[in-house]
Amino acid sequence: MQNDNAPNLIHVKDLVTHYGDNKILNGVSLDVTQGEIMVIMGGSGSGKSTLLRYMLGLNKPTSGCIELLGKDITAMTENQLHQMKKKIGVSFQGGALFGSMTVAENIQLPLIEHARLDENTMRIMSQMKLEVVNLAGFEDLMPSQLSGGMIKRAALARAIILDPPLLFFDEPSAGLDPVVSAELDELILRLRDAMKMTIVVVTHELDSAFKIADRITILDRGEILMCGTVDEVKNSDNQRIHNLLHRKPRRDRVDVDEYLQRLTGQTLGSTP
Amino acid sequence: MKQKIEKIGRMTVAAVEELGYGAKLFAESVYWLLMGRFNNQPVGVSLVLAQIVQIGVTATPIVLVLCFSVGMMLAIQGLETLKPYGAQAQVVTGIAISVTREFAALITGIIVAGRSGSAIAARIGTMMESQEVDALQVIGINPVRYLAAPTLLAMLVSMPLLTIFGDLMGMLGGAVYTSYELGMPVSVYMSRSFDVINVFDLMQGIYKSIIFAILIVIVSVLNGFQVKGGAEGVGMATTRSVVMSISLIIIADMIFTFFLTMI
Repeated sequence: MQNDNAPNLIHVKDLVTHYGDNKILNGVSLDVTQGEIMVIMGGSGSGKSTLLRYMLGLNKPTSGCIELLGKDITAMTENQLHQMKKKIGVSFQGGALFGSMTVAENIQLPLIEHARLDENTMRIMSQMKLEVVNLAGFEDLMPSQLSGGMIKRAALARAIILDPPLLFFDEPSAGLDPVVSAELDELILRLRDAMKMTIVVVTHELDSAFKIADRITILDRGEILMCGTVDEVKNSDNQRIHNLLHRKPRRDRVDVDEYLQRLTGQTLGSTP
Repeated sequence: MKQKIEKIGRMTVAAVEELGYGAKLFAESVYWLLMGRFNNQPVGVSLVLAQIVQIGVTATPIVLVLCFSVGMMLAIQGLETLKPYGAQAQVVTGIAISVTREFAALITGIIVAGRSGSAIAARIGTMMESQEVDALQVIGINPVRYLAAPTLLAMLVSMPLLTIFGDLMGMLGGAVYTSYELGMPVSVYMSRSFDVINVFDLMQGIYKSIIFAILIVIVSVLNGFQVKGGAEGVGMATTRSVVMSISLIIIADMIFTFFLTMI
């Protein structure tokens, strides 16, 4: 739960990013305090997945700073970044399990990379995490033999194998039926309560977001519309947030001149 | 007209960029192979061994069969062209030198490019699409170290060995046909072949196989990492990497042969 005295584990300030010539994020600032579940919401193309990629250090931003656990990852050397990776766990949208390895080998990979323990210890540790996500007995299967929900849970087990203080979750409920998705929500809540993790979830599922979030950040077209508790978001009178929460289609006013310009590829008035 | 020139310009820039990216991939792979151990991030021995099996061991039968066939083909053509001069026995020299200097390395290169080049590009491409490469990065595993470096080392081990096997099979192919046509015993043919070739001939083929190995790995890893656009993108990258590696192998072979014969 939110605690005013808890330190910020994630601090993003004035983040600007580009994809090619297109500006994707336009001055995004965000703080996540210890022990909090922060849900980042937004429609498709709002920049929420991009924000996640930058927080994971997968891309270098145009400007701005991203601090994880009090250290700026945009200014880190390769080695410092490598050390930082021990402290974050990520569960990707499609699971991103390695297709050539069994479930157990997948889960043990971060251990092999960072811990160098003996084989038995690693086996027991991965077994414990499989128990946490209710996948015991599936350790020798290949990812291709698992269902969608099982893949997400295995990916979660891999993400938490090193007991990271920070956990990132990309679209936990995407492509899952309501029951499995609700189970996953329970699991996220349990991880926060039992392991005191700070969790960032990117999603566009309203039900799931309202259930798990301590605070919700709403992104729209690369900018933060609002950041607040579930109630604050529900009671917001911002039109675009209202549309997002009530599944209303966007009704952008069409600028006639701009529309004609897009169609013809010419600037109006320049034609003789 | 202006658009065409612009297009040529853009393609040139893209090609130079790709060349630079390839050079960077090669440098990084070599860096991880040599320095990874000191940074506590070694290139996995088991990964290298698995790649050697995939690239080298499983390609051996087809390389042997094809080199045998090429040797036999050279014998058929050689005996036919030398017949009017009554110099059929010279076919031994011709085959021994052309197989060791040229054909064994070339055939091996083309087979490995077709088999493993496509497999490497497809594997890395699929991993890019399913975010497995991102997953490697957030776990703290450099993708070049995990995917490119072991493949490079495996290829550098496999290609020269396959080429040496190819040398033997090429000469054996020649021997089998010559013994059938001229009645020269296979053992005599082989021992004459070994007399004719020297270290320089053998090394020429092996140097080439090393160059080909680097070309295949870099081209296919590069195409794999650049995959965009789902399954279709993976397919395109696979095709592109095979066509590119085979073309580069043949061009590199020509350039290499030109300089080596000047020595």
